[in-house]
Amino acid sequence: MNISQAVKMAIQSVTSNKMRSFLTMLGIIIGVAAVIIMVSIVQATTARIKAQMENMGTNMISVTLTGRNSTRNLDINDMQKLVADNPDYFICVAPTITGNPRIKVGTVNESTNLIGSNQHYSSIHNATVEFGRFISEQDCITRRKVVVIGKYIQNHYFPGEDPIGQILKVSNQVFTVVGVLEAKTSTIAQGSQDDRIIIPYTTAQRLLRNAIIRTYSFQAVSAEVSEKATDKLEELLLKLLRNENAYRVMNQAEMLENVETMTETMSLMLGGIAGISLLVGGIGIMNIMLVSVTERTREIGIRKAIGARRRSIMTQFLIESIVVSCLGGIIGILLGIVGTYLVGRAINLEAVATAGVMILSAGFSITIGVFFGWYPANKASKLDPIDALRFE
Amino acid sequence: MIRIENMYKIYNMGDNEVRALDGVSLHIGANEFVSIVGPSGSGKSTLMNMIGCLDTPTEGKYYIDGTEVSQMRDDQLAEIRNRKVGFIFQSYNLLGRLTVLENVELPLIYAGLAKNERRHLAKEALKKVGLEGREHHRPNQLSGGQQQRVAIARALVNKPSLILADEPTGALDSKTGEEIMQMLREIHQEGNTVVLITHDKEIAKNAKRMISIHDGKIFSDCEVKYA
Ligand SMILES: Nc1ncnc2c1ncn2[C@@H]1O[C@H](COP(=O)(O)OP(=O)(O)O)[C@@H](O)[C@H]1O
Ligand SMILES: [Mg+2]
Repeated sequence: MNISQAVKMAIQSVTSNKMRSFLTMLGIIIGVAAVIIMVSIVQATTARIKAQMENMGTNMISVTLTGRNSTRNLDINDMQKLVADNPDYFICVAPTITGNPRIKVGTVNESTNLIGSNQHYSSIHNATVEFGRFISEQDCITRRKVVVIGKYIQNHYFPGEDPIGQILKVSNQVFTVVGVLEAKTSTIAQGSQDDRIIIPYTTAQRLLRNAIIRTYSFQAVSAEVSEKATDKLEELLLKLLRNENAYRVMNQAEMLENVETMTETMSLMLGGIAGISLLVGGIGIMNIMLVSVTERTREIGIRKAIGARRRSIMTQFLIESIVVSCLGGIIGILLGIVGTYLVGRAINLEAVATAGVMILSAGFSITIGVFFGWYPANKASKLDPIDALRFE
Repeated sequence: MIRIENMYKIYNMGDNEVRALDGVSLHIGANEFVSIVGPSGSGKSTLMNMIGCLDTPTEGKYYIDGTEVSQMRDDQLAEIRNRKVGFIFQSYNLLGRLTVLENVELPLIYAGLAKNERRHLAKEALKKVGLEGREHHRPNQLSGGQQQRVAIARALVNKPSLILADEPTGALDSKTGEEIMQMLREIHQEGNTVVLITHDKEIAKNAKRMISIHDGKIFSDCEVKYA
């Protein structure tokens, strides 16, 4: 007896009792769909968090002074010396001063996010210039009133115009637009990362009447050295400030690593839960197969009387259980694809079931069919033909 | 063709044992038509199951065409049943979920024949028992006599040399029973060995040789004189 014949027999038997077959499959269907939905959502969430973190910068290490009215200061020269002394660890450093001034072009007058920094901010924070130029070292030294604007500012204040060389008033002071940044978001909305302006930090200190720089961002040479670079930085900070609680250091590479570990743990946990539901589904299949073997004892006897070997009977029942579990797997995969889409839409996440997780689930279903079908099929194949024929 | 030497089949060995076969020796030649008669419980079916390689004896030797089968394993017996034996049961024993044609094809599936050949042979066998046009019916859509004819077609389809019929007319009225007996006579005339099991001596007279069995023992074995 060949396999295609056995598959045909199995399908015949599965379709002859549709309701029971469906209920048997239900465990597998739910298990497979659950695996696909959970894994896909976790993958999509991770991808989003990683994208957001990569948007923040590349191999970035930042230090922020804590304590609202602390008079402690970090001198930019100390920071620049750290970079210059440790070229194996650091590429560059950018100070950051933030503010929330009102800006004005013609009659349009709204507040925006202001960042005061230097020429390195662009590479550290992935703030790429779309056209024009970024602020330069010379701008900082001479406290020029030049400004690089985000995409939202361009769209909102200079619609249909070339903004380069135009005047933009920041807190009633006249600035010249020298560059426009590439969009960071897809919506380019007000209040988003594209709603911002960048000016030289020296100019910002004057404009905001604030000489203290509370935040510096460093760029490490690579993700690998970023931990050592962080140690170096903390060593210097402790020496300068003499208080561990006066500052907070954030290491981007480490944060990415943390996200990855968290995702792994979550995947394992969810995978375990889904695995248990698949196991329960498998036991359901075994149960029904055992019932089916008992019910069909006479059929087995007849088949044996006319010449079926053990192998033929074994194959027949094994394939039947594989067909049930695969059918369940297929329905589960379809349900998983739809479910992933719906859940993703509900929580506003672009989630799609990947081929990898679908192949994994399909493999799982077949394995369950074989594993849990084996015992009943073996039992059927070993029935004594005489006993089987006598069975009522 | 068939030689049985001193065969025993004993159930419940030890306390209140049942000797379904109690020292049976028997020889049946090729192209014989033999009937085995005896009252209910005398061991007829047990003997037929032994002859058909469905059952294994507690003791004794059994040869088909010169090869000993009493020591064979499950799968070897299955192959002999498939190639050399055709069974006809009192209760037809058709598979209710399959069509008539699929039922008749079944022995050929286990013989490993290709689909086209199977179809062809099964249709031929059905034609022979007069069931053309019924190929796609289910067994429960047919009368008892028709179902038994499907069973005969199934028994014949693999062209076995030995046909075993266990009370084939037991569930039928006398007219359809006679049709089935006519068919068995034809099968015999075509050169097959036929063993007919019955408790009815009148039916047994269809055969040329009658073996009487009682409490697992043969007590007479004689030629049938035709009226
Ligand atoms: N599996 C079994 N276990 C115990 N006794 C059995 C079994 N099968 C048959 N027998 C006994 O063997 C005897 C012969 O049975 P059987 O060959 O079926 O008789 P017949 O077909 O002549 O009516 C009976 O007494 C029956 O009860
Ligand atoms: Mg009987």
